[in-house]
Amino acid sequence: MIYLYIAIMAVVTYLIRVLPLTVFRKKIENRYIRSFLYYVPYTCLTAMTFPAILYATGSRLSALAGVAVAVVLAFCNRSLVTVAAFACLAVFVAEQMI
Amino acid sequence: MKQDFQNGLKDGVPIALGYFSVSFSFGILALGGGLTVFQAAVTSFTNMTSAGQFAGLQIIVAGGTLLEMAATQFIINLRYALMSLSLSQKLSEAVTLRQRFVIAFANTDEIFAAAMGHGKELTFPYMAGLQILPILGWTAGSAVGAAAGNILPAAVNNALNVALYGMFIAVVIPAAKKARPVLLTAVLAALLSCLIYYLPACSGISAGMSIIVCTVAASAAGAVLFPVKDEGGSEG
Repeated sequence: MIYLYIAIMAVVTYLIRVLPLTVFRKKIENRYIRSFLYYVPYTCLTAMTFPAILYATGSRLSALAGVAVAVVLAFCNRSLVTVAAFACLAVFVAEQMI
Repeated sequence: MKQDFQNGLKDGVPIALGYFSVSFSFGILALGGGLTVFQAAVTSFTNMTSAGQFAGLQIIVAGGTLLEMAATQFIINLRYALMSLSLSQKLSEAVTLRQRFVIAFANTDEIFAAAMGHGKELTFPYMAGLQILPILGWTAGSAVGAAAGNILPAAVNNALNVALYGMFIAVVIPAAKKARPVLLTAVLAALLSCLIYYLPACSGISAGMSIIVCTVAASAAGAVLFPVKDEGGSEG
């Protein structure tokens, strides 16, 4: 069953990538469709992060520590890996203190 | 020809290293979700997406339907259609149709960005060189992450569980700082997502459905309220 899920994920994703490179090669002119697609990565990543991140660790408090550290470092334009690493570290330290 | 391939490989190295660490945390989450090391690696090798795989994992864990899986992947990964369209226009005339089928496989956000940043015309050897190491890094990272998740103590696993979320935050916040509409649409998405999560009336909405609803509603609101200017839409 899990392989069926994985196969569907892979096929849908590949079709999205391959069709515009092979079949539909016209540019999308519609400004609203382009705008919609421009916002998708940000809305989707945010919707997946909140509130799920609050329940990803051993306790709400350690999760909040991770969120706080990630937000501050991201605000300071740190790299993805730096933000992620320090968020993990914050969770780890918070859980040792609780 | 050979030079192009080597240039591609070189440009792929930093992407591959970044991918290894991101997919390492995907591997840990996948293991927590009940996938085996091999399944985690197969998922990464065949999908080459971060947000899409992560959402897919949530659907697998929640036991969602296959239709829900297909719809979620379609919405979340639809942006790749835009990138493939742009990429299509920058490929050299010499790239054959068959080669296009290969190039499409790993047209990820980062590989697309590197290809767009490459000053010269994009040949097949360059694109193949650019993609090969990131594909290996992404696949190996998931396998190693899932394998390590078996050995690591719970406290470390708990901490690593937030790694991917941390990266998501690191993608959204700098963009939100630069463009107010991105901030507003992202906040709207978070609010909707929390509403669906906490409102008892919405308890029937599954995790995958919630991602689709929030993504579509917030992005549509953004498109209507703050349509992007001419070429702005190709960023991101």
